[in-house]
Amino acid sequence: MKSNRSVTGGSGMLPGRTLRRASGIAAVCATLSLVSAAAYAAETLSVVTFGGAYENAAKKAYFEPFTAKTGVQFSTESYDGGLAKLQAMEQAKNTTWDLIDLETNDAITACDEGLLKKFDRKSIGNTSDFLPGSISDCAVAAMVWSTVFAYDTSKLKDAPTTISDFFDLKKYPGKRGLRKSPKVAMEWALIADGVAPKDVYKVLGTPAGVDRAFKKLDTIKPNIVWWEAGSQAPQLLADGAVVMTQAYNGRIDDAVHKDKKPFKVVWDAQVYDYEWWGIPTGAKNADTAAKFIVSASQPQSYADLTKYIAYAPPRKDAIPLIEKSRLADLPTAPANFKRPVQIDAQFWADNADSINKRSHASLTQ
Amino acid sequence: MSPPPAAPFGGRAQFQRARRKAALQALLLALPLLVFLLATFVAPIAQLLARSVENPEVSSAMPQLAHALQGWNGTGLPDEQAFAALAGGLKQAADSGQLGNVARRLNFYKPEFRSLMMKTSRAVRSQTPPAWKPVLLDLDPRWGDANTWQLLRRAATSPTPDYLLNAVDAKVAQDGSVVSVSADSAIFRSAFSRTIWISATVTLLCLLFGYPVAYLLANLPAKQSNRLMLLVIVPFWTSLLVRTTAWYVLLQPAGVVNSTLLHFGLISHPLPLIFNRTGVLIGMTHILLPYMILAIYSVMKGVSPSYMRAALSLGAHPATAFMRVYVPQTLPGVGAGVFLVFVLALGYYITPALLGGAGDEMISQLIAMQTNEQLNWGLAGALSLYLVVFTAVFYFIFNRLVGIDRLRFG
Repeated sequence: MKSNRSVTGGSGMLPGRTLRRASGIAAVCATLSLVSAAAYAAETLSVVTFGGAYENAAKKAYFEPFTAKTGVQFSTESYDGGLAKLQAMEQAKNTTWDLIDLETNDAITACDEGLLKKFDRKSIGNTSDFLPGSISDCAVAAMVWSTVFAYDTSKLKDAPTTISDFFDLKKYPGKRGLRKSPKVAMEWALIADGVAPKDVYKVLGTPAGVDRAFKKLDTIKPNIVWWEAGSQAPQLLADGAVVMTQAYNGRIDDAVHKDKKPFKVVWDAQVYDYEWWGIPTGAKNADTAAKFIVSASQPQSYADLTKYIAYAPPRKDAIPLIEKSRLADLPTAPANFKRPVQIDAQFWADNADSINKRSHASLTQ
Repeated sequence: MSPPPAAPFGGRAQFQRARRKAALQALLLALPLLVFLLATFVAPIAQLLARSVENPEVSSAMPQLAHALQGWNGTGLPDEQAFAALAGGLKQAADSGQLGNVARRLNFYKPEFRSLMMKTSRAVRSQTPPAWKPVLLDLDPRWGDANTWQLLRRAATSPTPDYLLNAVDAKVAQDGSVVSVSADSAIFRSAFSRTIWISATVTLLCLLFGYPVAYLLANLPAKQSNRLMLLVIVPFWTSLLVRTTAWYVLLQPAGVVNSTLLHFGLISHPLPLIFNRTGVLIGMTHILLPYMILAIYSVMKGVSPSYMRAALSLGAHPATAFMRVYVPQTLPGVGAGVFLVFVLALGYYITPALLGGAGDEMISQLIAMQTNEQLNWGLAGALSLYLVVFTAVFYFIFNRLVGIDRLRFG
């Protein structure tokens, strides 16, 4: 009983003390934040990104130079994509974000639904060197990432060079890693079957085109190993579970540079996509955010990003500013950008459901 | 409630009162658990299952359209009123932020319905014509197709049978009859039969491997049997994910199993042990085996050895005595094990996802795909409903054949 009581007493003391200390800290914090809020009243941009390695790279290449130039500070928050939160903030007329890092499908939908401010492309100046479709009505591309296929050079002596090699089981026997989604796989199947990269979505938009893609995929069906998380792809290669695998170019680049793996990317028929900057309709510092987008879409800013992550500039003028050795790792380097396909987010938003079903039906037969 | 008066002759009433009080006490004691189960288990499941027939997206975002389409006879094109309600509804849905939901819902019926809605919404926002019908017909020929309007009406009708039909690869055709979907988009019926087939195979394998182990455990001297029991219990206590990934490491082409076999020259190429049915069966059997062993063991422990001795002393062959005297006494344990393993296997998700190939998807994986990727919660609810119903039917059949009350779960 006695020991019981002393325990209760002890634990009773603790919260009180912690509480006092916490309230002291809170007071200090509040004072500090008041001070900083006063100093940078209109000059803190609230940015929301996907976090992780890309956010760190963006901090160094985009945020810090902008702060050095203008004194504007950045506060970052991370999210997992999707527009639900933005929509809720816009409806409540209390938007706390000034700048959002968006995926293509969200950028399109948000623009359609009026959640993003229109962006004046003239403010960037000359935009003729931007890649096609990398500036929309509401958003500007922040970088280009790509889905490619890669192999282990220590295991495959005869290097595959085209997407047809990915589908060639005679020349390159063995398992293939593919993301468990018909996206990209369908595009590749058609290109390997002889469709020109620029016509891929025209062909895929017809039932006969979908049949053709599935027929091609069927030829490697028994040899496919599916992966779901991006990190699984380099793992499958490292384990020797597959001889080649579909992968995100950044993941392979990381494995090569950080883990010193003998992997090599095949850029033929790479399927690239943009990552976007957009400004919420109700953003409080919309003008500053627009200035930031202009600054971040200058050739030098894009070139700086590549130092920290293997994602490419969406404009050609940035290419000469990148170190030659780094250039070879980027999706848009001229040598890599010979037969690219830009993923058609509209097509997939419309057809993902039906093609997914077909792909299940065909794969489980 | 006044305190009960002392009743000199009320023995019976007093007894009743005491019994009521005890029952009330028992109920009060069980109440927290009951509330907990209702709030965290029954209610969410009921909600998910209810989604399989609910159809709120279009009718709540565009109520006038839903109303206008109810008055339409379903043949030819609807009148101007419906076209105007569509235009008004699209504006309203875009303003309330529900346009995305509506478009996604319609896309479940037909690919490219989503972009049709988005395109139409963009177009109607900027104009106020005297009549909408010519404007929309001019905008996209699909608005001149009666089928588009029929699907719109189906989407605006709640409750809907569509999810429940889709979950068994069926749909309502244009003329209102129920037909099977085309073979190249039929995936759920085969997934259900595959799920049942895999579960049954795993159950059989567990029984084959588990019965001898349980027999050994029940009949060895206590010291040895306790040690052996550890080998059953420790995996049982280990996380499912850990055991599955362990098999992943063991079975892969360059994994422990294949490299050992290659090293001793038993095989010349790595055996395909993973990303196929073999991997799923190995993994699931290993993970579910302890349930079978423990269920059978608990019954075998209580089987008196004297019956076997009696049979043998009366001249029965040991095998006959085992089959006709011992095995029947262990059947309640076997029944419990089979029931547990089969029902658990029906809902397996992680193990087939990691160890299986494209042809080994079980129904839970498809439910997860509909929930997380397609965001088609109605279909996910319908698939879950069938799984729950099948499990219940299995329970009743099993109960009829074996008798659940005779089972011993240890």
